Order: sequence, then C-alpha cells, then structure tokens
Amino acid sequence: MVIWTVLPPGLRQKTRPVAALDYWLKSALRAFIGRDVFNAVLIDRRPEARTEDPVGQMVAALDAGASLILFPEGQRNASPEPLLPFKSGLYHLAKARPAVDLVPVWIANLNKVMPKGEVIPVPLICTLTFGSPLHLAVDEPKEAFLDRAMAALLGLHDLEARPG
Amino acid sequence: MTSPHLIWLLCGVGGILILASAVGEILRQRLSPQGSNPIIENLNARIAAWWGMVVLLAIAFLAGRTGVVLLFALASFAALREFLTLTTHNRADHWSLLACFFLVLPLQFSFIGIDWYGMYAVFVPVYVFLLLPVLSALRGTTTDFLVRVAETQWALMICVYCLSHVPALLYLQIPGFEGRNVMLIAYLIFVVQLSDVMQYVWGKLYGRTKLAPKLSPSKTWEGLIGGVLTATLVGTALWWMTPFSPLQAAAMCLLLTSMGFFGGLVMSAIKRDRGVKDWGHLIAGHGGFIDRLDSVLFAAPIFFHVTRYFWSST
Repeated sequence: MVIWTVLPPGLRQKTRPVAALDYWLKSALRAFIGRDVFNAVLIDRRPEARTEDPVGQMVAALDAGASLILFPEGQRNASPEPLLPFKSGLYHLAKARPAVDLVPVWIANLNKVMPKGEVIPVPLICTLTFGSPLHLAVDEPKEAFLDRAMAALLGLHDLEARPG
Repeated sequence: MTSPHLIWLLCGVGGILILASAVGEILRQRLSPQGSNPIIENLNARIAAWWGMVVLLAIAFLAGRTGVVLLFALASFAALREFLTLTTHNRADHWSLLACFFLVLPLQFSFIGIDWYGMYAVFVPVYVFLLLPVLSALRGTTTDFLVRVAETQWALMICVYCLSHVPALLYLQIPGFEGRNVMLIAYLIFVVQLSDVMQYVWGKLYGRTKLAPKLSPSKTWEGLIGGVLTATLVGTALWWMTPFSPLQAAAMCLLLTSMGFFGGLVMSAIKRDRGVKDWGHLIAGHGGFIDRLDSVLFAAPIFFHVTRYFWSST
C-alpha cells in the first residue's frame, strides 16, 4: 500500500503485491480486499496445504506483465531486529526469471505506524528508500544471493538512519 | 471578523513579499541563472512558500473563528505527526498514539472553539498528562516507559497545547478592542516571523560570532540582535493596531521575539539529539511544519497569558 502511493499511476496499475493466502482468505471481507481490491498474488505459506507452486504463481504474474511487491521476510517483523532472515522464495524467483530487476525498498517506521495485529494506523511519517536493482549472478549460490539482497536492504536502512 | 487594520497588515505583508520575490528573482538572474546556487534556490523556495502560508492565513482570517481554529488544528496535526515520528515508542504505545491524534487533538481545539477556558487551559497538562500513560501501562511492556511517556507528553504540549493558544487569542475580551481580536493573531505571527526572517537576513549579511555552534551553526549574535531589534521596531511602529500603548507594544515585541528565539533554540536541540536536520519536508525550502512554527509555538502561550492577565476583562 505504502509503496503503491509513491509509484507513478501507469506503474501502479501493473503492480501486484504478493501476500499470504492463509491470511487473506480467512474471511470473506479479507478475501474481497486481498483478491479484488489489491489484486494480490496470493500464495500459501503452509507447504502441506499447498495446491499451487508459489514461485510458479509469481512467475506467471511476471510473465503476464505485472510488477510484484514482495516481502522476502515472508511475515511481518515483530522482533527488535531491523530485518529477519529472508525466505528462499526470492532466490527461486530470481533463478526462474534472472532478467527481472529486483529493486530493494526500505520502509522506515512501518511497524510504528501499524504494528502487526493493529487495525487503525497512527499517522506518522513513513519514508521509502529505493535502492539500485539487483540480479542473480551466474552460478551464485542461494545463501550468497540472499545475504547480498539482505545487505542491500540494510544498506538502505543505514542510509536512511544517517543524519541528513 | 476583518478589520481595516487586518487588510492594511495583509497588504503590507503582500508588499514585503512582492519586494522579496523581486529581489529573489534579480539574485537568481545575476548569480544563479542555471539554478546552481543552493542558497539562492533555497531563498526563492522560501519566498514561494511564504506566499502560500500568507494566502492560507488570509483565507482562514476571512472564514472567521471556525476557519482559524480549523487551520491551526490542521497545522497542529501536521506538527504532531512530525514530532511523534522522532520520539521513542514501541508497540504498547499504539493506542496512546492513536489517542493523541484522534482524541486529544480534536478535543483541545473543540474546547477552544466553544471558548471553555477552564478546560482547555488544563486539559493536556492535567487530564491527558495523568490518563495517557495509563493506556500505555495497560498494554504491558515497561521498557523505556518513562522515556516513552515523557516524550509523548512533550509532543502534545508543544504541538497541540502550545499551538492551540494561537486561535484562543480570538476569544479574549479586551475592553475597547471588541471585534478586532484577529489582529492579535496577525500581530503575534507577524512579529515573531519577521524576527525569524530578519535574523536569517542579518545573519547571512553580517553574521560573524556563532551563538550556539553545537545547536545551530546558522545562529549568530549579529543575526539575533539585528532580527530582534528590527522586529521590535516594526512591531512598536504598529502599536495602533493593538490594544497596547507604544511602550507596551515594544515590551511585548521584545518578549515575543525572545520567546521565538528560545523556541528555535530548544527545537534545534531536539533535532540535533535525534540526528535530523529538519522536522519534515512539507514546506519547500523551510523543512517541516515545526521548522517554521517553532518560534510561534513558544511565543503563543506566553503572549496569550500576558495579554489575558493585563488587558482582558475576564
């Protein structure tokens, strides 16, 4: 949502968030908002209940011309750490479509505006910091790539936290 | 609510701005035709933003009491947003933060709107002060509790309580000054902001001796003295618009400009502590709302109470 507001309108139309199916299909209202309003690519975080391959779903959306908003942590970060370890989905996606630009975006203050589980946001100022695009290098192992992606994001965090 | 004095003051400010825009344009053409000189670009952005702020104020003045209360309630919202973005809080404070924005702020300005002095004078420092920490306490975590609660209360005192004293000036009952209270607001803002602008101008022209290098490298003794004296002289010359005699107006201007200066100093200290240069980016060239309002925030309650004590009949 926050990312949408800063994108130019043309790009906004094509941009779809990737969200958790087990959260967004819990009630009819959530399903309406998630599927019909946000046009989210819903993936199931429970491997045992999955009927579709999450990476395959994302690749299909990319091939259809959409841009995706991805939260590589796979969940809302409620810990004091700035960043949780990334899930491997980002790597598998980068491997399947190596030409796609992966743009790291740091959202400052999000957890203060709306901590996990709260309904009404506090109108504080959020700052978005966009980094330069990343690509999976040829033969780059999974851990190295995910570490590199995390470092890129934390770099944006430090940039933002530095006195301007 | 308009009085001929207000129209004259607005015309005067309009004249100053036209002059400033002309000087800014000449400087741009002489020194920075490609927009390469940051000081001149910033100066022009500031002048443009001043136009916007003066027009907004003028519209609010024409719209009457409700317009003025509403404008300052919105300004208070923007300021509170900037302030609370920099304060310490954690998940347990979510409800108290919501209460700040959606309960305390609207209530305080409503009390002003219905002229309930007994309530708006004590609402934030007594009721909110005691009750808001309860909300945070009920939610659990004790980490940094005093810091979180104190910083939130500070934000409310500065951004809501202090700022609400500007529209409160409309409701003072000063014998012989009925129907002209809007001049008190115009006078307060004019003198304080003129002092700010002239401190900037004198400082840029003749500033040598740094006043508080750790706090704000741009503040100099030359700028301060020049700004305060200029604003006091102009403010005294406008005594006939106010309920004050010339001598009283001079004393009042000295009080206002000193408080305004202290406001800028204290708010700079907070910014330095938090490692930011500006409170926000809302007003081009100036930074955030608090960057522009810091002096008014400190001057308003004092101006209100001194005027109320010595001149008001209630």
